[in-house]
Amino acid sequence: MQETRRMRSFRILTGAVLITWLVLPLIPLAIWSFAKGWFYPDLLPRNWSLRAWEYALSDTAGVIDSLWLTIWISLAATALSILVGVPAGRALGMYKFRGKEIVELMILAPTIVPGIAVVLGIHSVFISMGLNNSVTGVILVHLIPTLPYMVLVMAGIFANYDPAYEAQARSLGASPLKTFWYVTLPAIRPGIIVGGLFAFLVSWSQYILTLLIGGGRVETLPLLLFNFATAGRNDITGAIGMIYILPGIVILLLTAKHLSGRSGAVGGFGQI
Amino acid sequence: MTHVSIKDLTKVYPGATDPSLDRLSLEIPSGELTALLGPSGCGKTTTMKMIAGLLEPTSGDVAFDGRSVLNDKPENRGVVMVFQNYLLFPYMSVADNVGFGLKMRKIPAAEIKRRVGDMLDLVKLPDLGNRKPSALSGGQQQRVALARALIVQPNVLLLDEPLSNLDAHLRFEMRDLIRSLQQDMGITTIFVTHDQEEAVVLADRVALILDGKMKQYDTPDMFYKRPVDEATARFFGGHNFIQGVSDGRMFDSALGRLVLPDGATTGPGKLTFRPENVRIWHNETSGQNTLSATINDIIYLGTQTRLKLLVGETPIEAVVNPNEIERFTTGDSLPIHLPKSTLWVIA
Repeated sequence: MQETRRMRSFRILTGAVLITWLVLPLIPLAIWSFAKGWFYPDLLPRNWSLRAWEYALSDTAGVIDSLWLTIWISLAATALSILVGVPAGRALGMYKFRGKEIVELMILAPTIVPGIAVVLGIHSVFISMGLNNSVTGVILVHLIPTLPYMVLVMAGIFANYDPAYEAQARSLGASPLKTFWYVTLPAIRPGIIVGGLFAFLVSWSQYILTLLIGGGRVETLPLLLFNFATAGRNDITGAIGMIYILPGIVILLLTAKHLSGRSGAVGGFGQI
Repeated sequence: MTHVSIKDLTKVYPGATDPSLDRLSLEIPSGELTALLGPSGCGKTTTMKMIAGLLEPTSGDVAFDGRSVLNDKPENRGVVMVFQNYLLFPYMSVADNVGFGLKMRKIPAAEIKRRVGDMLDLVKLPDLGNRKPSALSGGQQQRVALARALIVQPNVLLLDEPLSNLDAHLRFEMRDLIRSLQQDMGITTIFVTHDQEEAVVLADRVALILDGKMKQYDTPDMFYKRPVDEATARFFGGHNFIQGVSDGRMFDSALGRLVLPDGATTGPGKLTFRPENVRIWHNETSGQNTLSATINDIIYLGTQTRLKLLVGETPIEAVVNPNEIERFTTGDSLPIHLPKSTLWVIA
């Protein structure tokens, strides 16, 4: 269909609003990270400096260590989400069973119930299991907010999935493992990518859960960022903030083609 | 070459009270092409899946050359099933689809390439190896599905409604292809269909399954000439069933006394004859098995004409050549002839 002029200008307008909404708040952050003092009513800082960046990237600040720790926790939480979310999504998307609605509600619950309400109970359980103040504990508790996204995306994928392809592969001589690798996995890969992306970003931005279960000993980037922000160090906050948003942007660019509305992977949200 | 024995095969799905398949027994000779025929939901596909190992039977046995295969996993049975909607793997090229079974058997890549090329030639798709399945027509997709199954040289090939998704002109082409490949490779082949025409056209032998039970297992022509009961005859388009009594030589009924062929069943039963075997009698004098009928309705079908006739009070149907009844109209009476060799008594 030919795009009319009106449609085109509407498209450009919505694009502009979206970009303003998302990018504009980041600009002061970027400016702050290069500023040597920035005072009202100046529109831009009078003096520029790389001081904040030098500090943020130095060994003493612990930003780099924290970055690696955050990456590790988020990757592990994502991997576990995929491991749990794929079979769970298959069950919810393909099969009818008694109590399915309740299971769906329980999986959705963490997106409705505030994390702090959940985590207080989990905290005491984790203490009795010796999981508090540990990276393992933090990874496990991150599954609470990441799993709903993973499971829902996979349920959407499996709702449109024909398991007869698996029977066909078995009949052609493929073992169950090879069937999964050659037939199931390619079919559900868009869902794993999109769900994994959500899981990674949700884990990446956890604050309360990390703080309570990590007991302050597991210092991920958001925790570090918050320390500097509350200490009033806007320049260092700006620099760490820029580092903090980097993985999100990189992942988003890498997976952008799977995120279009036409992708089946996003269809799972229709079930909410 | 594999002889397939199915013995008392039964499937009751969880939660169901009636079996989907009730004690089916079949002996399928090595290298033959057999049709499992029946209306949808009669248990045909269930049977196929149990032969392929994709479904566990409730009871009964499936044996290849006398050895039970029930404990063999589907990938080790040497049975390949071709599904009705072909199920070509959408993420693989046509060549990768065809070579899939060989790859699973760890055949070297060079040999896979050569054999895939040969196989694509055999199904007459030599230049399409690099395409994606979605770029093919329905008929081409089916040939790829067939190639993918045949390349692993299965002991038993299972086909699910192999002709039903095809246009009329492709059906005969596909029928010839399936038959010639199956005969050349000597693969015992079982296919299921709800379409009696498809079964007759393709199969050496047909097993008719109605309501989960096997009615008749025979060569295709016998379903027309010697149906075991009225339901079987009706499934194959039989229409005329006349209640009466046979003494082995004559049949007494509302149609009068008719001469039967040798070896007819004795006792009370139903006389049946195919509509297309009812002849219009052109002689002046009446002969053996001639009757006077009144035309109730004439339905023109193009190459044939279907007549609804009344013999006394008894309705019968006939299918005749259109130019034979050109001079007749509804209400006319005409003499008809029921050749004795075409009569059959169902007990």
